[in-house]
Amino acid sequence: MDFFSTLPLELMAASVAKTLFLVFLVVLPLVSYTVYAERRVSALIQDRLGPNRTGFPTSLLGFQKDLQLFLGGLGQPVADAMKFMLKEEFTPGHVNHFYFWLAPVLAMVPALSTLAVIPFGNFMFGHKMVVADVNVGILYVFAIASIGVYGIVIAGWASNSKYPFLGGIRASSQMISYELSLGLSAVPVLLIIGNLNLSDAIQYQVNNGWLLLPFTDGKLTAREMLLWIPLMISFVVFTISMFAETNRLPFDLPESETELVAGYHTEYSAMKFALFFLGEYAAMIAGSSLIVVLFLGGWHLPLLPINDIESSMTLSGSILGLVHITTFFAKVACILIFFIWVRWTLPRFRFDQLMKLGWLYLFEIALVNIFITAGILAATK
Amino acid sequence: MAYTVRRPNLTFWEKLYIPNIIAGLLITLKHLKKMLNGETKVIMQYPEEKWDSQLPEYYRGAPTLVKDDHDRERCVSCQLCEFICPPRAITITPGELTSESKFAKVEKAPKEFLIDMTRCIYCGLCEEVCPEQAIYLRKDYAITGENRAEMVHDKVKLYELGGVMHGLVHKWNPDK
Amino acid sequence: MSPILFWILTILMLSFGASVVINRNPVASALSLVASFLCLASLFVGLDAFFIGVIQVLVYAGAVMVLFLFIIMLLDLKAENRRHFNKGALAGGALVTVGFVSQFLRVLESFKAGSKPFPALGAARIEDVRSVGNALFTDFTLPFQVVGVLVLVATIGVIVLSRRELK
Ligand code: SF4
Ligand code: SF4
Repeated sequence: MDFFSTLPLELMAASVAKTLFLVFLVVLPLVSYTVYAERRVSALIQDRLGPNRTGFPTSLLGFQKDLQLFLGGLGQPVADAMKFMLKEEFTPGHVNHFYFWLAPVLAMVPALSTLAVIPFGNFMFGHKMVVADVNVGILYVFAIASIGVYGIVIAGWASNSKYPFLGGIRASSQMISYELSLGLSAVPVLLIIGNLNLSDAIQYQVNNGWLLLPFTDGKLTAREMLLWIPLMISFVVFTISMFAETNRLPFDLPESETELVAGYHTEYSAMKFALFFLGEYAAMIAGSSLIVVLFLGGWHLPLLPINDIESSMTLSGSILGLVHITTFFAKVACILIFFIWVRWTLPRFRFDQLMKLGWLYLFEIALVNIFITAGILAATK
Repeated sequence: MAYTVRRPNLTFWEKLYIPNIIAGLLITLKHLKKMLNGETKVIMQYPEEKWDSQLPEYYRGAPTLVKDDHDRERCVSCQLCEFICPPRAITITPGELTSESKFAKVEKAPKEFLIDMTRCIYCGLCEEVCPEQAIYLRKDYAITGENRAEMVHDKVKLYELGGVMHGLVHKWNPDK
Repeated sequence: MSPILFWILTILMLSFGASVVINRNPVASALSLVASFLCLASLFVGLDAFFIGVIQVLVYAGAVMVLFLFIIMLLDLKAENRRHFNKGALAGGALVTVGFVSQFLRVLESFKAGSKPFPALGAARIEDVRSVGNALFTDFTLPFQVVGVLVLVATIGVIVLSRRELK
């Protein structure tokens, strides 16, 4: 029996439905509103207001002013999207055309594909809320995320000009360095859970309390207290590496607008640029989802009942399922806000500092952390 | 002379970074909270309120052509600005003065003067180089248009934006 | 795995593999290699070997090839393009290929067990990560350790060599 030929049609349809739901109804809107939140939060942090007035575009119909109503700027992502689509699609003359057009796609696709294994809810209508429930879930995420660097590198190379090129070079070395600490810092979690499947990771946290907050199941054993230390370290290292993997400030060296104009996407305009933008934020969402799944209990909310495969067919069960999904994305949104908050607080690292941090500190810390965890696990067995 | 900057010796606590990062996060959080509570005064809401009256005389807005006190063109179409313009935004068609002018056959004036505002980078080099003080960067900063052709300012538009500039002009000075 | 999918993936993989050799542009070659790895990984996934498939992507496509690309991008590609075919080397390569393929066919012919299909596996969800780990740390501990030492020696060797070049 194998994977492709044994998929029943119903399961296939469910997968397609889940993918469509995830990508078009959740992730893309979430991406555009993350961009909006980014602009708004950054403005508020810097004592400005930010985009606060895009409402219904009644001025297009000849009225004096746009209709605000309750929107107060929430229409901004729509306006942004329109602008990206209507702008001139300009390809500079000196670029390598094929790769120049390929790169934005390569930046976007991996970021969305990582979401396939993220369990974003428990059960709905008798289906598990994860597109592909594979037993190597977290490795899959790392693998696909590591493919994501190609978009940036190819963009930098194909643009055939100096700033994008520097951006691409930086991206490739940065990503390789931080993948190591990212992967290693996740190992303690896997040691504790004893499985690579992300749904199982959440199930473990439902039973034993979230890994970062082990008291969420109502009790705190001595073993959990001991394990808390390596898990905290692991969480910090994982989050920092995630910042570097998703090219977020303080590690946005491939882009660094103050020194490289706009880094790898300097030569891009209109929708091609927007794809890079979307890819970056989609990667951010995937990263935040992973943090939520591994450390913050995924869709689980303490004290709330949990539905199962049968009860999810009933009304109360589906409402519960919806609550689970909402919980998950609320947690993701919190992490995203944290990403934004950090971005507008910290200055950018220098490139040698970035490499030093990755190779000399995070890598070692993550490695030692594995031994600590293994020791604790062996001792308290 | 090169000199070495003495780096402060950091304590272990400072070397950890994390406490300082948290302190930084708290600072930005404070600003965010103040903004949300309305404690920070928003100085100006841009399109409705503008700061135009406060702009200094030397403000570098859009490049324009100016006339002198007697409503005469200052530009002698020497094309120096055309040559110096880094993004080559300026295109000049030189022309003669009409024969009834006292300065016909002595001075010249541009027949057409085009500045492509989609290219101009507001660097001010044209103003700097002009021997006749004919081109100035004035205070218009919101140059918009619905197509490329609209963004090219011709002579009429440039004089309209530029207006009159008082003071020394060599071009119309008979004693020169 | 449905045979259609198998053939599509195989053909894709092989043609990308061929384009690694045929392409004059090193970046294009490297990317073709990545694409070929991806097809190979999908073949593994089709055979339910998720772990190997994912590791294939993670290690080769995600790390090794990124490093390759990093180096290639720093090369002078124009000089690379100007290089001509070396006829002797081409002939030698062809000779080796023909020799290898003919030998391979001969071996295949005498390998009787290869001619009948492998019995189908059970439907259970295979814990391939666990079984790989178990195999490595129980039955094959010594070879695993030896490989580890080998890699360590190689790493140290590289560091020593690159150090010397700096001086
Ligand atoms: S504006 Fe000044 S520099 Fe330009 S052509 Fe006229 S006189 Fe010469
Ligand atoms: S301001 Fe600079 S860019 Fe603009 S027209 Fe003058 S010289 Fe050219």
